[in-house]
Amino acid sequence: MSDIPLNTSAAGVPEAVPRHPPALTTGPVAWLRANLFSSWLNTAVTLVVAYFLVRWAMGFVDWAFINAIWSVENNQTQACRALKNSANPGACWAVITEKHRFILFGTYPYEEHWRPALVCVLFTALYVVSAMRRFWRWELAIVWALTLVLIGVLMWGGVFGLSYVPQERWGGLPITLILATFGLAFAFPLAILVALGRRSSMPAIRILCIAYVELIRGVPLISLLFMASVMFPLFLPEGVNIDKLLRAQVAVILFAGAYLAEVVRGGLQALPKGQYEAAEALGLSYWQKTGFIILPQALRLVIPPLVNTFIGFFKDTSLVLIIGIFDLLTAGKTAIVEPAWQGFGIEVYIAVSCIYFVYCFAMSRYSQNLEADLNRHRAR
Amino acid sequence: MSQTATDPRHLRTPPKKRLRLSWADERVRAVIWQLLIVGAVVAVVWWLVRNTQHNLEVRRIATGFGFLQREAGLPIGESLIEYTPASTYLRALTVGVLNTLKVAVIGIVLATIFGTLIGIARLSKNWLLAKIAAVYVEVIRDIPLLLQLLFWYTILQGLPAPRQALNPVAGVFLSNRGLKLPFLDWEAGHSWALLAFVAGCFFTWLYAKAMRRKQFADGQPRRVWPAAIGFLIGLPVLAWIAGGAPTGVTWPALRGFNFQGGMTVSPEYFALLIGLVTYTAGFIAEIVRAGILAVPHGQWEAAQALGLRPGVVLRQIVLPQALRVIVPPMTSQYLNLTKNSSLAVAIGYQDIVSIANTTLNQTGQAIEGIAIIMLVYLTISLSISLFMNWYNNRIALVER
Repeated sequence: MSDIPLNTSAAGVPEAVPRHPPALTTGPVAWLRANLFSSWLNTAVTLVVAYFLVRWAMGFVDWAFINAIWSVENNQTQACRALKNSANPGACWAVITEKHRFILFGTYPYEEHWRPALVCVLFTALYVVSAMRRFWRWELAIVWALTLVLIGVLMWGGVFGLSYVPQERWGGLPITLILATFGLAFAFPLAILVALGRRSSMPAIRILCIAYVELIRGVPLISLLFMASVMFPLFLPEGVNIDKLLRAQVAVILFAGAYLAEVVRGGLQALPKGQYEAAEALGLSYWQKTGFIILPQALRLVIPPLVNTFIGFFKDTSLVLIIGIFDLLTAGKTAIVEPAWQGFGIEVYIAVSCIYFVYCFAMSRYSQNLEADLNRHRAR
Repeated sequence: MSQTATDPRHLRTPPKKRLRLSWADERVRAVIWQLLIVGAVVAVVWWLVRNTQHNLEVRRIATGFGFLQREAGLPIGESLIEYTPASTYLRALTVGVLNTLKVAVIGIVLATIFGTLIGIARLSKNWLLAKIAAVYVEVIRDIPLLLQLLFWYTILQGLPAPRQALNPVAGVFLSNRGLKLPFLDWEAGHSWALLAFVAGCFFTWLYAKAMRRKQFADGQPRRVWPAAIGFLIGLPVLAWIAGGAPTGVTWPALRGFNFQGGMTVSPEYFALLIGLVTYTAGFIAEIVRAGILAVPHGQWEAAQALGLRPGVVLRQIVLPQALRVIVPPMTSQYLNLTKNSSLAVAIGYQDIVSIANTTLNQTGQAIEGIAIIMLVYLTISLSISLFMNWYNNRIALVER
């Protein structure tokens, strides 16, 4: 080692400038430098954002946890009110502790609450099973039918020793899940028919489908719900009375059908023309062609946007609040009508948002994973 | 092209198929199917109409739009045009339409700005900023809009009373009666200045067009901004001075239990606007992000290799290409915002749905009331999609 001459300037090479070791490219310090402090502007942004974030987070933790009141006795909310108006305000989660059964299940008989709770579990299990690709086969339709019947039995009762509960007393989360699930279960076949009709070669059918889709998509859901609650009774023969929930359900199905139809049509259009021609060349009839060749491919193409539409539509069921149907949001809003609990809307709305968020976030994540999975062949 | 036109094989018509009146003939089948389906639809509609007529007779409800000329007698908190409870229903509904447009137009502008900023923030190289934008988008999109509106409205109602109003900047008061801002004493001079500003916009547009034409002719870029400043600022200022240079400003002041003077933003309008803007911005952010990501990376690199500065790369190379991806989904977000403004009825902002709903409750004219709501929204939706389609065609890629 010592044989190597240290001074190379003799060979005509200029004397080496003392060099710094190379900058770190891995490890936490390098990560910080690359992602948070890469330039003076970046550093300034990081510091300002971090300052506001920390301040907000500290305020929120103070409000939501440290100063919060978790339960009170006998609806005595004076302590909560004093805390709310103090200089150091805190949340009154006592409203949730007290009212959570009402928010979740509405006016369903108190001692029978296990039934709507079981219904919510069944619905959720149904969604989870339907989401798993290994269960995507025709037996799933039977599982759906059986579960929905079971749910009906549990909610209404009147058989197997269950006491009868009229539909007027249902409320809360089960109503939201019923509106969303039955809405989807009926809207989806409708959407497929309408989407096929819109691409049909028969002019009368095409015009009917276009008119339906554009009319529904051009107006807000509220106007359809008003129509269901105010106008629908006028449409039916005298004496025939359909209850409000079913009328709202019909409006929701018609609404979702139009939006889903557009998504399905996207899939039908994206399918290469050769698939249609090849199916025809094989001599398949229209329904054979559609059922065996076109739909399986077209629907697969649009699964991610379909799930996104489902999410939007799950959220939109909350609009039935406006025509007075007792869904989750209405139950939350009603829970704070009682004088003792007035003014604690923020806490209730945060709690209800969490429930909606869990369902929608799960669907959104699922859709992203599925999209990545289905596009794996395109990934580089 | 001319070769195929003269090719005798193409002049030959395909053999005519004889129409056979049997189920085996495709065309006969198509006609029968259409007749059946149209017949079924007509039958159902006819049945519904007959039921409706019968029910209306039984309930003694007169149909028709004659009620529009009657005195409404319903109080409206805020309106852009003159309105008293003694005005007609037609006037009340017009106020409702204007209120809807007021929240929709301002909401669209604000949501576009806010959403674009968040979309860009999500692509930021700054990890913290990008994560915060991502969390915002995820949370705001997974909670129903109606719930968010109720939340904002509850927060605004929970603000202190006017006497203890928050006063972040001198002259701005935030209380449970809404937002109070100082406002100009509107005089003729202001109207002239506003008119001059509109004219200035038009002149700037003409000037920029002329300059662009010249640039196309000789390749020399020309500065537009000095003239633009003259048109957009100088012209209104001149008009304002010519109009007598009015400088009166009314500051809101506490008189008794509420503020007097200045401009008021009601809590209902404010809650609706915040809710719509923050919600729609979450969706617009995703559209903007997808649009920017859709521009191939080679375009950025090529532009940088040409020596263009980052701002120019974004403005001249990336944005024009991203816009083609962004505009169609953006159109549907604008339509959604407009339709979602109908949720105003839940928090008591008097838009067209709220006023038409009160009207149909007062008069019993359910069919007419709902027809009006639907007609108004169909018109607005159609106008927005026509405009955006025109814009989309303008910026679309011109192919061979």
